[in-house]
Amino acid sequence: MAVPLLLEIKNLQVHFAVYGGRLKVLDGINLAVYSGEKVGLVGETGCGKTTTMKAILQVLPMPPAKIPGGEIFFKGRDILKMSDNELHQVRGRGISMIFQDPTAALNPVFSVGQQLEAVIGFAAIKGHQKSQQEIHQQAVASLLEVSLPDPERLLRSYPIQLSGGMRQRVCIGMALATNPELLIADEPGTSLDVTIQDQVLRLLRKLVEDKDTSIILITHTLGIVRELTDRVYVMYAGNVVEVATTQRLFAQPLHPYTQGLIQTVPRLTGGGIASGIPGRIPDYLNPPSGCRFHPRCPQAMDICRIQKPPAYRVEAGHEVACFLYSNHERDAKAQ
Amino acid sequence: MTTEILTATDLKKYFVIGHSGWPKRKPIAVKAIDGISFTMFEGETLGLVGESGSGKSTVAYTTVGMYRPTAGSLRFRGQELFGHKDKRPQHLRKEIQIVFQDPGSSLNPRSSIKQILEMPLRVHQPGKNRIERVVHLLEIVGMSLEYMYKYPHMLSGGEKQIVGIARALASDPSLVILDEPTSALDVSVQAKTINLLLQLQKDFHLSYLFITHDLSLMRNVASRVAIMYLGKICEVAETADFFRNPLHPYTQMLLSSIPVISEAEEEFKPKKVISTGEIPSPVNIPTGCSFNTRCPFVMEVCSHIDPVMAEAGRGHTVRCHLFSQPAPGSVSQTGSISVPTNLT
Repeated sequence: MAVPLLLEIKNLQVHFAVYGGRLKVLDGINLAVYSGEKVGLVGETGCGKTTTMKAILQVLPMPPAKIPGGEIFFKGRDILKMSDNELHQVRGRGISMIFQDPTAALNPVFSVGQQLEAVIGFAAIKGHQKSQQEIHQQAVASLLEVSLPDPERLLRSYPIQLSGGMRQRVCIGMALATNPELLIADEPGTSLDVTIQDQVLRLLRKLVEDKDTSIILITHTLGIVRELTDRVYVMYAGNVVEVATTQRLFAQPLHPYTQGLIQTVPRLTGGGIASGIPGRIPDYLNPPSGCRFHPRCPQAMDICRIQKPPAYRVEAGHEVACFLYSNHERDAKAQ
Repeated sequence: MTTEILTATDLKKYFVIGHSGWPKRKPIAVKAIDGISFTMFEGETLGLVGESGSGKSTVAYTTVGMYRPTAGSLRFRGQELFGHKDKRPQHLRKEIQIVFQDPGSSLNPRSSIKQILEMPLRVHQPGKNRIERVVHLLEIVGMSLEYMYKYPHMLSGGEKQIVGIARALASDPSLVILDEPTSALDVSVQAKTINLLLQLQKDFHLSYLFITHDLSLMRNVASRVAIMYLGKICEVAETADFFRNPLHPYTQMLLSSIPVISEAEEEFKPKKVISTGEIPSPVNIPTGCSFNTRCPFVMEVCSHIDPVMAEAGRGHTVRCHLFSQPAPGSVSQTGSISVPTNLT
């Protein structure tokens, strides 16, 4: 393949040990991000989107979290086997992150400048430490990059003095200040108003395209995914149920869950509200046997209750984990 | 002919947040609602759309009686809601109920669902058959009876919101205010909740004041839409007309900012009005038209004179200089707006 793989997750499992048993939250996830690609990760609350992302950065609280199986390759090296020092390198310059709530992501007792400069200073390569002045200049540059006016004054101000949109821009600037190769954006627009969200997302898109950064966009808003990404992973209850290019996913969703999800989004053109998907997301303590979607699936078959569906390749780049498509070739990667 | 159920005339609500100046101290106020007028008709769903800080929740809380307005009048079927010196009389309180935004924090964690639903019944329908009423309430919202002895933490977000809806219906109201009832829920749960609300509206002939920031949702539930920006209503229209022909620049910006999921919708959106600037603080509302700092079509007049509500089509009113016949002498500078009385 011409474009190199940047991140590859193979059969990742994450369990949480809680009182009364084990929550099997991630149940064998496969995910790949190529260089310069914009990948979306969609799913409803509690489907494991954030857990996946935390596993990538190794910031899951362990215990209670446990990773009983799986591999996460970042540029060909397994993150799960890295030493703390190597992990610092990855977190500093390899992978950055933008959180859902910019208010909670910024420390209220330090000025924006202190926080931003700390990030830049920390990410410097060993032996090539920057002077205070260089760091400051870079901080100013990264604020200008996210089109924030008057960066000098902004660096002296505290997070509470900024509006929600400005805070999220600061977070984006901070995440991109170290020129990461992969950016993980966890619901970057959810806590903002529609018009401000539009501004922030346009900015984010422009920046990642200019810098050729790969991005994993985690969201539950399908509209944002459609406007911002090249390829989409749909998650349900700790499984990836469908992978396709964004265009194809919206034109031709195959998994019953994806179909239901797309149907329930209210349309601007009217036409009423679909009835929604019956039931609710399963309990992770005792997840349903076989396909985890079968209790809610309108097209459930007998085999769905017994066996977990592998990913079937319906077309190049379009994979569905559903027995309805079992006449297609099985994906070699999945077990 | 439909009859009016709720009429607001030049309604204002200011919150004093501090004082400034010396020796003469002047109150600093957040103008949460700054002179709005609207009419709601029996059995309709009026969608009130706006971004955070636009005052839409203040309208909800004022209507339900949690706040007393600073000025203006609010009438329910012709009766002034704030004409009483003290508390709102019980027969009026019973008629107007509210469903809150966050179902997690609007249910008492220490009460069972039965106790939660009994509370409004105790107040509004004292009598002995309370348990039957609770059973009936659970039946009409389609919850099984086993939920009666559960506590809020045992319920999912969608189920909690359904309990919130059942509680609002307990007093048999005719006007229900829905303050972002589904913004905390996932889309598939949202669909279920909205369909329940629409069914209940049909069954009990309810009128809804539906507050939300989601225009796509509004398109599918409201019969008329009002857009709020910084405490003022800037456009009111019938839903179909509103989405086909949005007039106010803010409305166009709002509509073109929505991320949509199909080509058909993409074409339906108005031509891209690039969203710029930030929402000004409601303490420091810009002079003239409050939208002039972000408006792409801003004119000289916009920074001095606040536009008035003008008719721009049948039942379609808009508060913008682009659509008002400029007669500078006649335009009021105080920010009061004309009452759109001839809405049908």
